[in-house]
Amino acid sequence: MAFTPPTESYTGKVCALTIGLGDKAITFGGENVLPFHAFEGSIPNKPVIAFEIQDIPPDDWPEQVRKPYKDVANDPISWAKYCQDTLKAKAIALRLIGTHPDGENRSPEDAAKTVKDVLSAINIPLIILGSNHAEKDASVLISAAEAAKDKNCVIGKAQEANYKTIVAAAMAHNHKLIAMSELDINLSKQLNILIIQMGLERERIIIDPMCSALGYGLEYTYSVMERIRLAALTQNDTTMQPPMLGDVGMYVWKVKETQASETDIPNWGSVEERGITWEAVTATALLLAGADLLIMRHPKAVVAVEKVIEELV
Amino acid sequence: MALTGVEIFKLLPKTNCKKCGFPTCLAFAMKLAQRQASIDLCPDVSEEAKQKLGEASAPPVRPITFGVGDKSIKMGEETVLFRHDKRFVNPCAFALEIKDTLSEKDIRDRIEQVLNSEMERVGQKLRVDAVALMNDSHDTSRFEILAKTIFQNAPDIPVIICSENPSSAETAVKLFADRKPILYGANLENAEAFANIAKTYKTILGVKGNNLDELSSLTEKVKSLGVQDIVIDSGARKAKDILRDNTFIRRAAIKKNFKPLGYPIITFAQREYSLVEALIGTIGIAKYSSIIVFSSIEKWKNLALFTLRQNIYTDPQVPMQVEQKIYKIGEPTTTSPLLITTNFSLTYFIVSGEIENSKVPSYLAVIDSEGLSVLTAWAAGKFTAAKIAQFIKDTEVEKIINHRELIIPGYVAILSGAIEDKLEGWKVIVGPREANGLPAFLRSKL
Ligand code: B12
Ligand code: SF4
Repeated sequence: MAFTPPTESYTGKVCALTIGLGDKAITFGGENVLPFHAFEGSIPNKPVIAFEIQDIPPDDWPEQVRKPYKDVANDPISWAKYCQDTLKAKAIALRLIGTHPDGENRSPEDAAKTVKDVLSAINIPLIILGSNHAEKDASVLISAAEAAKDKNCVIGKAQEANYKTIVAAAMAHNHKLIAMSELDINLSKQLNILIIQMGLERERIIIDPMCSALGYGLEYTYSVMERIRLAALTQNDTTMQPPMLGDVGMYVWKVKETQASETDIPNWGSVEERGITWEAVTATALLLAGADLLIMRHPKAVVAVEKVIEELV
Repeated sequence: MALTGVEIFKLLPKTNCKKCGFPTCLAFAMKLAQRQASIDLCPDVSEEAKQKLGEASAPPVRPITFGVGDKSIKMGEETVLFRHDKRFVNPCAFALEIKDTLSEKDIRDRIEQVLNSEMERVGQKLRVDAVALMNDSHDTSRFEILAKTIFQNAPDIPVIICSENPSSAETAVKLFADRKPILYGANLENAEAFANIAKTYKTILGVKGNNLDELSSLTEKVKSLGVQDIVIDSGARKAKDILRDNTFIRRAAIKKNFKPLGYPIITFAQREYSLVEALIGTIGIAKYSSIIVFSSIEKWKNLALFTLRQNIYTDPQVPMQVEQKIYKIGEPTTTSPLLITTNFSLTYFIVSGEIENSKVPSYLAVIDSEGLSVLTAWAAGKFTAAKIAQFIKDTEVEKIINHRELIIPGYVAILSGAIEDKLEGWKVIVGPREANGLPAFLRSKL
């Protein structure tokens, strides 16, 4: 029996989205096929990996992932520069974790200053993230968006509880926006609709269906992403067509497998390799499910995932 | 593709004799189409019709058991392209390659690694499932030495015998004749010889094409020579090609019922750089491989890939759960601490593991939360003060301990007052948020 390749065509297309300015601007999304299905459609852009940095020293990051940044992480400016110049980062994600009320509780003005400083030190695109405290993020991200006015950054995350102010800030200062909901395709769709109704074009949204780490709910993120992508492509559901984010590092470097020493659990092998692999495997699985933008921490994990992206496109 | 009711009806005797228990042949045909009845109920159906129905209802990816005994591996039987549609059925097997160019000591070391690869995670025992013998030397006697060493040191591990040379292949296959090995290496040149060896020694046959067209005609050919159990390799080695070919194979089998590709896929993922190899493995796990061959199996890599395989192959409709009851950890006495958590397997195994680490004998009360984690169950109203209080009363734990202290997860600290209100005489103690804080916490209470 002769074999005819069972190709499929799709009615929808993922929005292409550009961040940053000038020749360092990057574009992701834009494909009209399932992830890496170049054999039946077009994939104009590759997925992008952003390096995660934060406004305060990463004391809560495990040793294995603090080590590569030990000389720079005391200061977000040198940290950002190091990622750009030495690690050849294509983008940076600055998490303003120091603003969390249970932590240092830094003010929105402090956050704005950090954003300005970092922006003046780099020329690659910047993603600006709050501390994931819905209420505080609203005020922090307004200041941050203003400080980064017209730099075509990404700000986030807008959630059901705080999206109004954050969307308004993204619109006023010309940024892209991350819309996060909790692992549920209907909630994600609902949030996108609300945001679009406020007047932000869907071409400026990035969907964060909420990440989880390998072994800790990854299967949920994986399937929600697959379903969002199928809705976008096969049902041409325009509200589900923004590209998707996998905020990988912060979930991965929390779990026991990335930290337990080999002395404690000899059967798990080297903690160094284990953590890096945990991050790289989580990231690769999410790319296969449809992520277009990843936020990651360990330089070696990023290198490996980029290698595989090269092989996949 | 499954037949419709009307198509099935055409194959039935059309006498409406009711012997099948249905009023008419058509009614019976409809039930058959929905797979709610078996053709055996009709005593008058022709053999020819039976065969047609059988073929049409055969699973789109042929079920095959690789190896024998406790360590045998089920493959195939998949019915969907996306895990959310139903579930992926038979988790893919991992194999370590062992080349016949290695020294005897290196061969033994690698066998040891496979034998010691077992780990437990969320109550499941996971391991590297098989070895792939590689005839890199192209020499029959070296290949035989390799096969013998493996046979003597790991007789019950399923083997994939990889060679394109019929005499090398046969020498090795002989040893494993009654152990259902895979004989891998049938191609355009040697298909007939390989099909004969496979039939003689009752092995599964691994067929390699240079593309999907060639692969399809090869499987047809070996099938016509009498081989039923086949695993297939499209020749893809680059990530992009693996993803494309595996997708085409699974789609052709499931959506088009294209029989020549309705077999489990074997993927060769070997890479120089072990981490990249792990990521090629990731693609195989997520995208339809039934067997993945690796060049190295470091423990850190195994742990990550075992975990991914577990994640991708869990049933999306039913989270893995453990039984609701009070578990004893160590040998607790009437004064031992009592902790509570939910019955999501992952939660239970993490928490019980950390209690074990603490070496403080304890009772762990596990409440039925329909398999949801602590915070998810709390958010869904399945881990509430009322439910916890009722559960503690129902278990009559008061008869086995003489204190009245209940340790709750730090993330649900907010419940403590309400539980105390509903459980008279009890004191609620808020534990750490993350389970890895439990050893220090429990020891400090001694
Ligand atoms: C996967 C997931 C789901 C899955 C369910 C998975 C499952 N089987 O439970 C799905 C998609 C179904 C889901 C649904 C919902 N989810 Co949910 N989900 C998650 C996610 C990503 C991971 C949960 C998980 O598996 N954790 C791993 C297990 C092991 O953690 P755990 O049980 O809490 O155990 C840890 C500790 O609590 C502690 N511990 C456990 N027991 C004990 C006992 C003692 C004594 C001690 C001391 C410690 C201790 O040790 C463990 C490890 O450290 C989390 C976010 C996150 N990353 O944590 C959100 C999360 C739990 N979900 C959340 C919500 C809101 C929901 C929904 C209500 C929302 C929705 N989408 O509809 C629904 C509710 C469910 C329903 N209606 O059916 C929220 C809860 C918010 C809150 N703070 O209360 C979270 C935190 C996400 C968020 N940031 O908003 N969810
Ligand atoms: S037993 Fe067979 S012939 Fe008789 S009614 Fe049923 S299907 Fe028709």
